[in-house]
Amino acid sequence: MSFLTSLVNGLSLGSIYAIIALGYTMVYGIAKMLNFAHGDFIMVGCYIIFTFVSTLKIGAVPGILVAIVLCTVLGVATERIAYRPLRHAASPLAVLITAIGVSYLLENAALLIFGADTKSFTSVIGWTGIDLFGGQLHIQGVTIITILASVVILVVLQAFIHRTRNGQAMLAVAQDQGAAILMGIDVNKTISLTFAIGSGLAAVAGALLCSAYPSLTPYTGAMPGIKAFVAAVLGGIGSIPGAMIGGLVLGIIEIFARTYISSQLSDAIVFGILVIVLLVKPAGLLGKITQEKV
Amino acid sequence: MDPIVKSINSKRRKNEIITYGMVTAAYVILEILMKAGALSSHLTGLLVPMVYYAIVAVGLNICVGILGELSLGHAGFMCIGAFSSAVFSLIFQDSIPEVPRFILAFVIGVALSALFGFLIGIPVLRLNGDYLAIVTLAFGEIIKNLINALYLGLDSKGFHVSMKNQMALGLAPDGKMLINGAMGITGTPHDSNFTISIVVLLAALFLSQNLIRSKQGRAVMAIRDNRIAAESIGINVVRYKMIAFTISAAIAGAAGVLFSHNISTLQATSQYFGYNVSIMILVYVVLGGIGSIRGSVIAAAILYLLPELLRGLNKYRMLIYSIVLIVVMIFNWSPKARDFRDETLAKLRAKFGGKPAKEA
Repeated sequence: MSFLTSLVNGLSLGSIYAIIALGYTMVYGIAKMLNFAHGDFIMVGCYIIFTFVSTLKIGAVPGILVAIVLCTVLGVATERIAYRPLRHAASPLAVLITAIGVSYLLENAALLIFGADTKSFTSVIGWTGIDLFGGQLHIQGVTIITILASVVILVVLQAFIHRTRNGQAMLAVAQDQGAAILMGIDVNKTISLTFAIGSGLAAVAGALLCSAYPSLTPYTGAMPGIKAFVAAVLGGIGSIPGAMIGGLVLGIIEIFARTYISSQLSDAIVFGILVIVLLVKPAGLLGKITQEKV
Repeated sequence: MDPIVKSINSKRRKNEIITYGMVTAAYVILEILMKAGALSSHLTGLLVPMVYYAIVAVGLNICVGILGELSLGHAGFMCIGAFSSAVFSLIFQDSIPEVPRFILAFVIGVALSALFGFLIGIPVLRLNGDYLAIVTLAFGEIIKNLINALYLGLDSKGFHVSMKNQMALGLAPDGKMLINGAMGITGTPHDSNFTISIVVLLAALFLSQNLIRSKQGRAVMAIRDNRIAAESIGINVVRYKMIAFTISAAIAGAAGVLFSHNISTLQATSQYFGYNVSIMILVYVVLGGIGSIRGSVIAAAILYLLPELLRGLNKYRMLIYSIVLIVVMIFNWSPKARDFRDETLAKLRAKFGGKPAKEA
């Protein structure tokens, strides 16, 4: 049973990574930048929900809705203020370093506002879950909802991208920005929309992450954010089903490594996978290799 | 030699001498103040860390400014330098006198971090940009995690290694614990001091500034500016990237040696060797000016000392750094901000009848 328990836990963690990775992969595929602060949007979402539930005592549902709206605004504003001026900078490092600056800014702002102490997060999901095999395997409610949420998000996103005009515009911008402009697509608007979706998803991921692992600090989002990037790379950056598969695979590997090898080495193993993937299959499982042109 | 290269080099040489002079002057002033008892013990304790962070910043600047690739794993190279040299010093604590022991420990720390820089560079330098940054971050974290899980002991039968726990080592009762997992290394001799740190800093400056001026350095910068063009004129891209990355890692390792010989308990915690430290050093490099070796030293010294001196500011330190970092990046790198800056400068020059603006 410990194998099945680990597998379920892995699927749960993997679903959270998948939701974060979806945001990463969309931003990377369309805006061609690594939003290092993406993980910190998760943390911001968590603190908003925490404030609604524990401090204001208003409830989880309005908390989640407000967190999604505020994270969306934060994502769009960050892109507009910090990233857009650097989109055509001479060095590709400029926007990455700025993103690191935004990540630092959010973490330290949270540190000043909420303090460094660990907040215990009350789960936003009341359901205790189900027992299988006569009580031998207990699946928590949050686990089931997390897995369902990631599947729903994947389906909705796929439909949005392939069935709507805005989604088609995203594909076009991802393919070739210059050509997209010639086709009458507003590139700025499309990139803003991408950031809005990615950051909104970060808030959802935050609610699920903190419900499953109920301790909240200003650095809560950083590590899951980086690991979700690993998941996005594993699945093939820019590919939405890839982010889902990458997230699930990574979550399962991490939980199994933690259970069967060593909890201290699980992070090293996860990062080791990133290195191996980039060496053996740099485009990831579902990505396309692009040739650099002169 | 080509006359243009010659004139650039003579300008660079002048600049380099200013850098050495600046470091030496700062050293002399601080030593005099210390001897006169004008520095508090708190401030005196900050001098060695200030210098080793300046050294890592110089090392990272070779990677970011000269090679043009962002490494977020330099804290990992520092970690390797720190642990390997500390293990050496611990083994030979009683059998070799202080000076040769520290020199050997230094050589071992630098050599091992250079070796790791080389080995990690083989896969990493096939990537570029964002991928390279995240993979170096990954390697930095892997190094930190592995050392945290490493148990190393020495007894009459030789070395004992385990990744599980202290008991699994099977160490004889007379054996000596070298690395105790997450508890790290305790009892490293205090061999480094301010003077030694300054000597190492000067050596790092000498190495990096000569690299920039050399044929190899120009090749590295050509790769940075246009890899395909550099390749097409016959520059061996992999070779020169490896040279720059290995040197950069070795300099970070040298700082690690100073680090481990300055504190009594060495642990591979996130506070000292996590990717946040790599990012902090990146802040020094960016604010000092990407590609400016002297700038890195000045920025590291000021940014390290300032918040420690202004205690009230400490709470807001990182917040202020992050805002300054974002603003500096936008103003220095945004094409619009650049045009605006150039235009304003040109207007000012025209108004005050100075020389016309130079073509960038």
